[in-house]
Amino acid sequence: MAHSARTDCPELPDFFLLKRLARDQLIYLLEQLPGKKDLFIEADLMSPLDRIANVSTLKQHEVDKLYKVEYKPIVSTSDQLCFLIRPRIQTVKWICDVANADKATGRFRRYKIIFTPQKFYACDAVLEEQGIIGDVTTDEWSFYLLPLDDDIISLELPEFFRDNFLAGDQRWVRTAGSALHLLHSLYGPFSKVYGIGRCSKMAYESWREQVEEGEQKARQAEIGKVFLIDRDVDFVTPLCSQVVYEGLVDDIFKIKCACVEFGPDVTSSDKSIKVMLNSQDRVFNEIRNEHFSNVFGFLSQKARNLQTSYDKRRGMDIKQMKTFVSEELKGLKQEHRLLSLHIGACESIMKKKTKQDFQELLKTEHSLLEGFEIRESISFIEEHINRQVSMIESLRLLCLLSITENGLLPKDYRSLKAQYLQSYGVDHLLTFANLRQLGLLVEQQPGETLTVMESKVGKLVNDRTGGETGFLFNLLLITIFVSLRIRAGVPKSDEEYDLRVPRDMAYIFSGAYVPLSCKLIEQVLERDGWTGLEEVTRLLNGHEFAVTGYGADSKAKNDAQRIILVMFLGGCTFSEISALRFLGRERGCKFIVVTTAITNSSRLIEALLDNLV
Amino acid sequence: MAFITANWNPLGEAFYRKTELYEMCWNLRDGLRDCLVAAAPYGGPIALLREPVRRSPSSRPQLEIYSASGVAIASFPWKSGPVVQLGWTVSDELLCIQEDGSVLIYDLFGSFKRHFSMGQEVMQSQVLEAKVFHSPYGTGVAIVTASSRFTLATNIDDLKLRRLPEVPGNTWSAGEVCRGILMSNGPELYILDTTSCTAVVPPGLGPQAGSIVHMSVSFSYKYLALFTDTGHMWTGSSHLQDKMSEVDTKKTTPPKQMVWCRRPKSQQPSVVLMWDRLLMVAGVSHDTIQFPLEDPCVLIGELDGVRIISSANQELLQEVPLVCQEIFKIASMAPGALLLEAHREYQKSSQKADEYLREIKEQSMLGEAVRQCVEAAGHEYDSNTQKSLLRAASFGKCFLTDFSPEAFVSTCRELRVLNAVRERGVGLPLTHTQLVYRQFYPLAIEVCRYLKIPDYQGVSRVLKHWASCKVQQKDLSDEAIARAVCVKVGDSPGVSYSHIAAKAYECGRPELAIKLLDFEARSGEQVPLLLKMKRSQLALSKAVESGDTDLVYTVVTYLKSEMNRGDFFMTLRNQPVALSLYRQFCKLQEQETLKDLYNQDDDHQELANYYVTASYREKRLESRLSLLQTAVDEYNKAKNEFSAKATEEEMRLLRFQRKLDDEKGAGLLGLSLQATMEALLALGLHKQAEQLYRDFRVPDKRFWWLKLKSLAEKEEWEELEKFSKSKKSPIGYLAFVEVCMKSNNKPEAKKYVSKVTPEQRVKAHLAVGDLEGAADAAIERKSDSELAAVLARCPASDRQLLDRLNRAAAAAAKK
Repeated sequence: MAHSARTDCPELPDFFLLKRLARDQLIYLLEQLPGKKDLFIEADLMSPLDRIANVSTLKQHEVDKLYKVEYKPIVSTSDQLCFLIRPRIQTVKWICDVANADKATGRFRRYKIIFTPQKFYACDAVLEEQGIIGDVTTDEWSFYLLPLDDDIISLELPEFFRDNFLAGDQRWVRTAGSALHLLHSLYGPFSKVYGIGRCSKMAYESWREQVEEGEQKARQAEIGKVFLIDRDVDFVTPLCSQVVYEGLVDDIFKIKCACVEFGPDVTSSDKSIKVMLNSQDRVFNEIRNEHFSNVFGFLSQKARNLQTSYDKRRGMDIKQMKTFVSEELKGLKQEHRLLSLHIGACESIMKKKTKQDFQELLKTEHSLLEGFEIRESISFIEEHINRQVSMIESLRLLCLLSITENGLLPKDYRSLKAQYLQSYGVDHLLTFANLRQLGLLVEQQPGETLTVMESKVGKLVNDRTGGETGFLFNLLLITIFVSLRIRAGVPKSDEEYDLRVPRDMAYIFSGAYVPLSCKLIEQVLERDGWTGLEEVTRLLNGHEFAVTGYGADSKAKNDAQRIILVMFLGGCTFSEISALRFLGRERGCKFIVVTTAITNSSRLIEALLDNLV
Repeated sequence: MAFITANWNPLGEAFYRKTELYEMCWNLRDGLRDCLVAAAPYGGPIALLREPVRRSPSSRPQLEIYSASGVAIASFPWKSGPVVQLGWTVSDELLCIQEDGSVLIYDLFGSFKRHFSMGQEVMQSQVLEAKVFHSPYGTGVAIVTASSRFTLATNIDDLKLRRLPEVPGNTWSAGEVCRGILMSNGPELYILDTTSCTAVVPPGLGPQAGSIVHMSVSFSYKYLALFTDTGHMWTGSSHLQDKMSEVDTKKTTPPKQMVWCRRPKSQQPSVVLMWDRLLMVAGVSHDTIQFPLEDPCVLIGELDGVRIISSANQELLQEVPLVCQEIFKIASMAPGALLLEAHREYQKSSQKADEYLREIKEQSMLGEAVRQCVEAAGHEYDSNTQKSLLRAASFGKCFLTDFSPEAFVSTCRELRVLNAVRERGVGLPLTHTQLVYRQFYPLAIEVCRYLKIPDYQGVSRVLKHWASCKVQQKDLSDEAIARAVCVKVGDSPGVSYSHIAAKAYECGRPELAIKLLDFEARSGEQVPLLLKMKRSQLALSKAVESGDTDLVYTVVTYLKSEMNRGDFFMTLRNQPVALSLYRQFCKLQEQETLKDLYNQDDDHQELANYYVTASYREKRLESRLSLLQTAVDEYNKAKNEFSAKATEEEMRLLRFQRKLDDEKGAGLLGLSLQATMEALLALGLHKQAEQLYRDFRVPDKRFWWLKLKSLAEKEEWEELEKFSKSKKSPIGYLAFVEVCMKSNNKPEAKKYVSKVTPEQRVKAHLAVGDLEGAADAAIERKSDSELAAVLARCPASDRQLLDRLNRAAAAAAKK
């Protein structure tokens, strides 16, 4: 990126260790069932498993055939069945059905269930209820963390979000604590832990408990600070359309475990290609954090450079040619392949996103974020619903509208919902109930109109003016209500904001909005705590904490103190990761993002649907 | 010293020695004849039951417990049924396995603790043989009944009975616990596990060897020995892949006992066999060592040898460690042997000491010599031998400058402790844990501190054990005990108050248990005991506090089975975390319970949602409608008018759809309003579509969009034109242009361009690809953004148009 980044960013710790630990344990568990066996794998564990142990590794340990769990009767002829699953009641019930079906036909097999990352009591309860607890052996594969890239680690638990925030089921909290404990024991001790949100607080406590139970080994810390944040602290950011390249690719092509499948329209052949998207891909690494408007220019420049490199061949003598072929050509070819894929992806994105509809959608989103032209936005959303453009997108816009306006006026609330039900069926009543419960789509309470709130905020702002932190504080408050209209000094629209030379994290939303989650992280790190942010945390429902020191000196000025681990409970988006990378470059530190899953607006909304069709 | 090798017996390349440990303190009138005897490994206590098979119902056999040196610990008359087998657990509890399959557990001091049964079916057929075994899971029990059925419990503290499949032929001749149960039937060998009985063949053991009548697994479960009725003994690995040797014992009667004798790291394991008057050591080579026996004896396999207990004394039979061999072998020139000699000469003030020393130093082996002496001292049992070896080591060390004293110091320490506990009065334990179980607390704590065992493993465990006993003291008040425990234990790491509290509860002191639980810092630890004590409410809140959902769930399941439904729901109501957890479970497992839960809470909103969900699972329209009606009622109760109305409309729609499906076979049932109207329009049922539009107050815009798209799709252009003129379009006319273009009908699209509002006219012209028109419109409106939009689309070849636009743009900019 063409801006003045600090050059003294510390090196990231190596997370390959996590993969090796997971693989070794899996092999050990497989060997606990000696002899040939068929392995049934939960569908959403397929990709993560592939990153840990490939098919040949599994075969080496006497796995005969691999099957995906499909909740159907099985066809395996093996005498030993091994199931690798998430601790879900539905899957355990299916295994019971399989075992009971075998019993009914008088067939003897050995069954082993490997739960990952842990087993829940409810699973045993189901096994017991179905009368097969004596016939199966169970184990736990403590595969908590999958490194997706140098600086992204995922728990690969998308259900965390719904279970925890909607259903109030805290079963995954301990899992998050254990994941943190694993990181702490390998890369700690952490010198400082900050956090906000109820779930963060509980995960933190669960981790503390595990630290106290275990033995403490003195070691050189590789990660200094930790920030825990609940997804429900900031819903606006993940609800926005992403315009940074990596996020955009995720929105359109759906990145799964750092891997994307480009269809024929991108590859310009009749085949689909699976591509790993990480820092190993040099082309991708240079554009992943860029605003989309810059990507095309960058890629064409790159293509020209590549051509020049190829052109060097001309006028070479045989010897030079030989070294060129042996040393450079392979790299160039690889780069060429990647470049053409990303150009293909860009063209495909352009085709979709330069359409009138998308431009207007973005415009509406920005108006909502900036608090302009609310009536126009509402009629846009209305039309969106009426024309049935997209079931998910309409809901997303409704939620954005509700959050940014502090709830919908009763009249709008009813009519928009009614129109939505007409379009997509009355079963979405349940979806609306979910959205209301989470506070994503609510009716405005009398006396809580935005103007009232604004004046409250305005008063706060005025109270603070004169203080050194005045401006930042304003910005933060403003970010919360997302209404940038109040203050000057904040960029208003993309004409004024040079996206090639971003000034702040707002560039990830074309300068319209600084992601609240990242802004909070920045502020807390800068202040080394929550002092001065009391009003903000009150508005965000609190549960904030900042705790110092476990065996490490936080004042120590070593590199580890500039490695900051941010854990998102309930998922984070690629845009947030890009924003944090930007912040890291500005501040000369590095962020490692640990998330329960990578999310985006459609995944977030889909998790809250309750229609039955 | 010279006669130290006197009791050495060669066997192949190794030597075996039999050392006396104790002259037994006990005074047994009839010796060990007709006794059931069990001794715990690691020098543990000995249990003795005389005449287990009662001669008459009135005679009561005596059960006696002795320390390893024969000091009586407990003795009481046996009042229960006939005992088949005695055995010790890893924590020195005595197991008495009765003929009827019940197992009684006593502690070291002979007080009854609890009992369990090996299964109902055992009652009828009686236990024929039983074996107590130790594994990483704890102590297990295996039994076989008279009807040749095997039952296995791998850990008696977490009792799970596994009844093994039937064995072929329903007979067996010998059995052993190893990877399941290993069992022989004549010459055949089988492995019996939970699911199957698999025949296995020990490599190199032909059928001519005869039937297997005895078998034995080594202390570490690594080796297996089989004895056949032709007197052959086969040895090999327990996974039956390698054979080690086959020895002809020339004895055709099966031995009374057969035990492995092996020390870790030894390359030459051997087996000790015992007949009535003979003890035989048979190894890898074909030689054997034979000892005559005068008294009946019992063999106990240890980690590094075999203990032989007779009524008079106790001996240890073991392979002589290599290092001892090297030092004490006659005419040995090993550095250690030379150093020992040197020291002996030195004590005699003889100059030969220097000669020996010089010889070692010339080979620069002095370090090795010291190391050998220290190591050998650790292996010797006689304290005089230990002393001379250690003195020699210390002597040799003087001539070394950089020799680490650590091994020397720790060996001295350990030997001191070992010698102390070997004292007759204490018994023979090897480790501090066994001290603890014998209630020598101060000694145990001293030992732990002396051996510098980390608190976590040492002192804390002693304290825990002490506290567990303390709470059983009946003469002290709850207050006093709680205070005493708290003062001593404090917050030592690794001492769990809940464990101590559990003990207190076991002895019937619930109040004390509660007091002690208050000291427990981790709330999760308190839960299991609280449940046991029926303080379920408190248990639930502690479980919630712990943040461990598994624990919460355990309590919830428990409450569910213990309480009546109403109380159960009330309890949950006060614990939102537990409630949502249970709800999640019900959603997947028990839908009906979910309904009851909502009912209990008068949560009409959730109830209504529940009925809506249920209605979708219903196939028949009538039942679906009635569920929806119930949902409407509940929504009304919840004062959610919006949802009530929406649901009512849904019912109306369903009826409408059913009617049309019946009349026209339209296949509408279950579609959304929008989809229904679409389907109707596609079928050409415009009248019905209009009816819905009116009845459901569909916004004009929506209907116009729908009809526009539908007509365009069906390419009914005339209809479309009529429709466009029916009244002023609420969605404007640009939509008409765009929809026509989508259907690739430019001429139709152009018809609507003129009707488009001025604001959108440029867009409309552009949409149909009419640049000239777009340019005219843009110039007329003098809008620079619109001009730019047209410019962007204008091909470079059209100079004239470009110029016109540029001029207009410049003019607009000037303004």
